[in-house]
Amino acid sequence: MEASKTILRIKDLDISFRTNAGVVHAIRGVNLDLQKGETVAIVGESGSGKSVTMKAAVGLLDSNATVNRGEILYTYEENGREVTVDLLKLTKKQLRTGYNGQRLAMVFQDPMTSLDPTMTIGKQIMEGMLLHKHMTKEQAKARAIELLQLVGITDAEKRFRHYPHQLSGGMRQRVVIAIALSADPDILICDEPTTALDVTIQAKILELIKDIQKKMDLSVIYITHDLGVVAKVADYVNVMYAGKIVEVGNVEEIFYDPRHPYTWGLLSAMPDLDTADDRLYSIPGSPPNLLHEPVGDAFAARNQFALVIDKKADPPLFKVSETHYAATWLLHPDAPAIEMPRELRERLERAQKEAAKYQ
Amino acid sequence: MSEPLLKVENLVQHFPVSRSYTVKAVNGVSFEIYPGETYGLVGESGSGKTTIGRSIIRLYAPTGGRITFQGRDITGRMSRDTRGMLRTDMQMIFQDPMASLNPRKKVGDIIGEGLDIHHRFSSRKEREEKISGLLRKVGLSPEHAARYPHQFSGGQRQRVGIARALIMNPKLIIADECISALDVSIQAQVVNLMKDIQQETQCAYLFIAHDLSMVKYISDRIGVLHLGYLVESGTKEEIFDNPIHPYTKSLLSAIPHPNPVVEKQRTAISYNYAASGIDYTAGTAHLVDGTHTVLATDEEFAAWTR
Repeated sequence: MEASKTILRIKDLDISFRTNAGVVHAIRGVNLDLQKGETVAIVGESGSGKSVTMKAAVGLLDSNATVNRGEILYTYEENGREVTVDLLKLTKKQLRTGYNGQRLAMVFQDPMTSLDPTMTIGKQIMEGMLLHKHMTKEQAKARAIELLQLVGITDAEKRFRHYPHQLSGGMRQRVVIAIALSADPDILICDEPTTALDVTIQAKILELIKDIQKKMDLSVIYITHDLGVVAKVADYVNVMYAGKIVEVGNVEEIFYDPRHPYTWGLLSAMPDLDTADDRLYSIPGSPPNLLHEPVGDAFAARNQFALVIDKKADPPLFKVSETHYAATWLLHPDAPAIEMPRELRERLERAQKEAAKYQ
Repeated sequence: MSEPLLKVENLVQHFPVSRSYTVKAVNGVSFEIYPGETYGLVGESGSGKTTIGRSIIRLYAPTGGRITFQGRDITGRMSRDTRGMLRTDMQMIFQDPMASLNPRKKVGDIIGEGLDIHHRFSSRKEREEKISGLLRKVGLSPEHAARYPHQFSGGQRQRVGIARALIMNPKLIIADECISALDVSIQAQVVNLMKDIQQETQCAYLFIAHDLSMVKYISDRIGVLHLGYLVESGTKEEIFDNPIHPYTKSLLSAIPHPNPVVEKQRTAISYNYAASGIDYTAGTAHLVDGTHTVLATDEEFAAWTR
């Protein structure tokens, strides 16, 4: 692990949106590290700010957003020298010509709306290469066909001339991935890449991204709400709630030894195939409206394990291990000993037993 | 077992697009739903699961086959009496809680619309009482009746959708992907609510979804659809513990488990109908055991069960 290099570091990011109803404080101090060649997942419900965090990195924030604080440091090599830039300090033009697409590429959720219906898919793949890499048309075409084959599209020559509506959802998402890869990025950001797809196709796309990551030595950031997907792809997991990262750790720590009550809730709310209980555990209530920023821990109102202090002060990140941190007062040395719910503990034990068979 | 509440026999639903091209959405699907049980229909998009739901509630006129609901045929022209029975005893919950509620109506009127149409109240007071009772039942408060749908969150709107389906005291509720648009923590709340309501009112559900772990959790029996054919059906134990059809196997293997060590080493079984050499039109339903049936030819059946 020592050889690994931090390629993207988000430090104390704080973003708010001006809306008609008032100021929405959507991101409230997010820290995140991405090492070269690794996969980091950001998990959370809709409105938790997971997409906004990554949109800030590629300069796609809406015009009513204000970055109050923080920096997004991106480290890359240029002519053998290491260069670090703060993506938030760059102008839109600098981002567009030097970073977006070339160094940081993004795959969006819905392959139906992220492709141009009036252009052949071949042209759309070539577009980035012609602009950024200054290739000739012939070179770009050859590379585009190579990319189509890489993402597992058969008959690439023929498909090159097809329009998006002639392809199925899974095929379209493959094309979107091919476009993202066209300029050899360092970082691939996948914003819910499989949410709009069927399970069978989802499995194929996830395996494809994993495969390509190995081949091209990419660093990948996944934004998702599906813990099953996270288990399949991620090395590190960040659990986000109400604009904050509440628990971070490597994938085994999060799935076998979660510490934050919100992570407990997320894991229990998802029925696994062995769940036989009559009732599914559910987190009561709904996420807070960040128009009125909660005092203390944002999760306290939905947390059955909430302590008195939760309503008064926001918990800092407590250290569990070198890589594992959680923001809950339950980890404070003075906190009463509260264990995760019994059903969840039993389930995690079952999962660990099953995992032991594979090791 | 008692008489089935709903009996679907050989349902065919085709949509003629042009003179030379017809979309064959559903091709000869048969299943039964008994009172008080939950039948889950799973399959990928385009497999015809939503079409079946909409044909059963007669949003489409079936091309062929027979649907019997509470002993009465509801396929062809219906008498006024039968139609009234169908429109009250069978209700539907839709997928998208944002799109399925009229934004210009108050929630109370959305829920009470069925009562208004079928004249199921004798006084204004009775109507109000029924509506507030239902709002309470689905976990909202009676004051919410005076609000508009946009003032609710996604999970709350789906609760309104459920209340609207429940107002007629239906025997069968068709839930078409009713939790797919919700967040994980909210999904669990809605599923629990649906289970509670079933226990209380003994209604049956036709639960249409693509999320297999949720279907397994809520259903008693499951039917697996592919390309408009019911390839396998049985109790959830039969389907999940002993899948026979290669498509079911691939579908089950594609579910990601929340267990990273296992998940990282597992690859999903892939299934390609065109390359598999299986012809759904040639297959007939073969009984495996109990209620477990699979669509196959005799040779395929022998090969799969060996």
